[in-house]
Amino acid sequence: MLAFLLRRLIQACFVLIVISLISFAIQDKLGDPVRQMVGMTTTPEVREQLRDELGLNDGFITQYTRFAKNALTGDFGTSYYYKEPTIDVILKKLPATFELAFCAILLVICIATPFGVITAIHPKHLVSRLIMLVSSIGLSIPIFIIAIFMVYVFSIQWNLAPSFGRGETTLLFGFWESGLFTKDGLSHLLLPSLSLAIALIPIFVRLIRSEMSEVLQSEYIRFAWSKGLSAPRIYFFHALKNTMLPIITIGGIQAGTLVAYTILTETIFQWPGMGFLFMDAVSRVDTPLISAYLMVVGGMFVVMNTFVDLIYGLVNPTVRLASHGL
Amino acid sequence: MKPTVIIVACLSILFSSHTLSATLRMAFDADPISLDPHEQLSEGTLQFSHLAFDPLLRWQQNGTFEARLATHWQAITPSTTRFFLRQGVTFHSGNPLTSADVVYTINRLKRSADFRAMFDTIQSAKIIDDYTFDVTSAKPNPLILNIMTYVFPMDKAFYQGKDEIVKYGETFASRHVSGTGPFILKKRELGSRMEFTRNPNYWDTASPGNVDTLISTPIHTDATRLAALLSGDVDFIFPISPIDIQRTQRTTGIQLVTMPSTRILLLHMNQTRRKEFRDVRVRKAINLAINQSLIVDKILRGYATPAGQLSPNRFLGHVADLQPEYDLQKARQLMKEAGYEQGFRISMMAPNNRYTNDEKVAQAVAAMLAKINIKADLKTLPKAQYFKEFDDRSADMMMLGWQSDTMDSNNLFEFIIACADAKTGLGAYNASEFCNPSITDDIRQANQELNPERRLRLLQGIERTLYQESAVVPLYWQFLTWAAKDKVNIQDVINDRNYPYIGDLIIEE
Repeated sequence: MLAFLLRRLIQACFVLIVISLISFAIQDKLGDPVRQMVGMTTTPEVREQLRDELGLNDGFITQYTRFAKNALTGDFGTSYYYKEPTIDVILKKLPATFELAFCAILLVICIATPFGVITAIHPKHLVSRLIMLVSSIGLSIPIFIIAIFMVYVFSIQWNLAPSFGRGETTLLFGFWESGLFTKDGLSHLLLPSLSLAIALIPIFVRLIRSEMSEVLQSEYIRFAWSKGLSAPRIYFFHALKNTMLPIITIGGIQAGTLVAYTILTETIFQWPGMGFLFMDAVSRVDTPLISAYLMVVGGMFVVMNTFVDLIYGLVNPTVRLASHGL
Repeated sequence: MKPTVIIVACLSILFSSHTLSATLRMAFDADPISLDPHEQLSEGTLQFSHLAFDPLLRWQQNGTFEARLATHWQAITPSTTRFFLRQGVTFHSGNPLTSADVVYTINRLKRSADFRAMFDTIQSAKIIDDYTFDVTSAKPNPLILNIMTYVFPMDKAFYQGKDEIVKYGETFASRHVSGTGPFILKKRELGSRMEFTRNPNYWDTASPGNVDTLISTPIHTDATRLAALLSGDVDFIFPISPIDIQRTQRTTGIQLVTMPSTRILLLHMNQTRRKEFRDVRVRKAINLAINQSLIVDKILRGYATPAGQLSPNRFLGHVADLQPEYDLQKARQLMKEAGYEQGFRISMMAPNNRYTNDEKVAQAVAAMLAKINIKADLKTLPKAQYFKEFDDRSADMMMLGWQSDTMDSNNLFEFIIACADAKTGLGAYNASEFCNPSITDDIRQANQELNPERRLRLLQGIERTLYQESAVVPLYWQFLTWAAKDKVNIQDVINDRNYPYIGDLIIEE
């Protein structure tokens, strides 16, 4: 276990180094940060001077070495726009994204699991067919269309939920700005988390259905039936438990998609989270912030995958980490 | 993002209104990057300056000046103007406003990298007494008042000693503010929210404004911004994408206000990169082949004015008879005369998120050029990347939008068509690399010509020369579009610079 975590740590370092290299390599293509700081009428001479001061005229190697040296001391640069350490800026926006993703995942689990199970148990039933139809439509609709549609229906037409922003937040433990504990905060959370969930539900419904129907064919389920176990116990205990293993894997991989989807959702709903921050940083050519964001997300992927592997062992004890080739 | 705009436009019809208090929630597309009014010369900064600070004088909708912190002024010599300051004005900190604050502010502006371009022309500001000061220009300065609209007196006692202007680091002034303005900043969450309350000691007691609380939220996405207004989450937005204008107008409870701005959109034809563009017949042909009116009608839905010159009609240099011309026959003839009947290939670049529908306009231009056999390879880029390319003069034809800071033709000429000079910044946006020394001379002369008659002749002369030379392709002057709930009387406080004077805004109960 310890060796496994250590290996993962080394992997994480490697991933971060690669990401930082790539993010540095593309910086030049993103635009000129100085342009964003000055007005249109600033003379080229002044702009050149600013570039010098910021060290933007140095070569790639010089710039990267400087960054790497600072990074080793825990300094990942200062955002040009926020004028604060990039990591602080990102961590401040983390709660918003985390709560959004958490609520979306909660919705996905609560909706996709029963639907997936129903369609697996009664594949020919009308309800199942309807669910499958809707899920294939859902799969093919891009998330921004869903989001815009939700805004139109729920906030413009029916005025049920606000169309943008995060609303009122409360401070938890002195650092976590939470929107989960006020009515205003929850109402703001409704549309973004629902759109995010809708984008993810179809694939999970289909996944659970196919895994479940496979499991239902297996020998031990037939044995359970002949043993006379009750249907709910067979479906929801024996079958579902074994269905979960591949679901967790895919779920872990989908976490990446979730990050991408939060960027879109946050942009549409002006949700002040990390995804919105990232889009904003790109349009402002806030290169230190872009690099730091990519590294944070890269780090999160490694952590998430490690978790998935650990959960694996818990759900199915026959899977041993060591034999996993990890 | 484009499809989202279309969908909201197609969908947004109904709207149910909320009750109003004197709270204004506004959502514009930009926000100030700093609380320091001298850190960046941008629309966001100046909008903020008009909330937390007051200018010495400001533009009115009819193009004349309105006295604000300066009550009146008089020219004492050709290069010196005496200003008289309003008495009894206090800063948010409680300090009284005196001439010392104004002189301090002007000197600070001269240090600002962004405002320096304008304030370099001012040699010194001198305190006469607590409420009188003289501003002296290096040379006779016809634009002294135009420049003074950028002086928003800062609280000397509050800022002094910690007033450095830094572009990429935290400073006292970028986090703290003490102005004389109608609104006091209460809370700021950078990039997502600013909250103001009305200044209870505001000097302008005659102001009809009744906004007590102002909440400003920048929303960058057009569709989200419009949805926020239609759902009643905000009261006042800018801008509206042309495609949404009709729908917005049809929505009950929502008003749309548009106003011509002075921003000119134009195309540069780089004469250093392409020898073809050195031939005036080719440049003329291109000007004739581009149908400005069609672009305005079809792409901007009429929310722009087709341009045949750089100066909009409220500027001194505007020449009424220089109208955009469209004549394909003549254009082809000119191409033939120049020996390019078969045409040629050029590279073209335009931004895709800087000006209203900039990408579509560029595509239309490319299609129009094809009619005279000029094949334009168009590349559009987000503004962050575009202006780097623009500085590098990376394409044969490049799009530019320009708004004169001084509300004067000469500013357009200085930046867009003067011979380039990296030191002074002249011609910094001259991507035509067109250089006519006599024009540059005229520009210099117009900068110190006090006689309006002679100045008019100089500026109009430049405009005519540009037209004859077909130096650039003027396209159109953009409109500004705002939308608000019916009860918010925005039409009284907006202006063609897009610095709404929210202090005077009335929200009907």
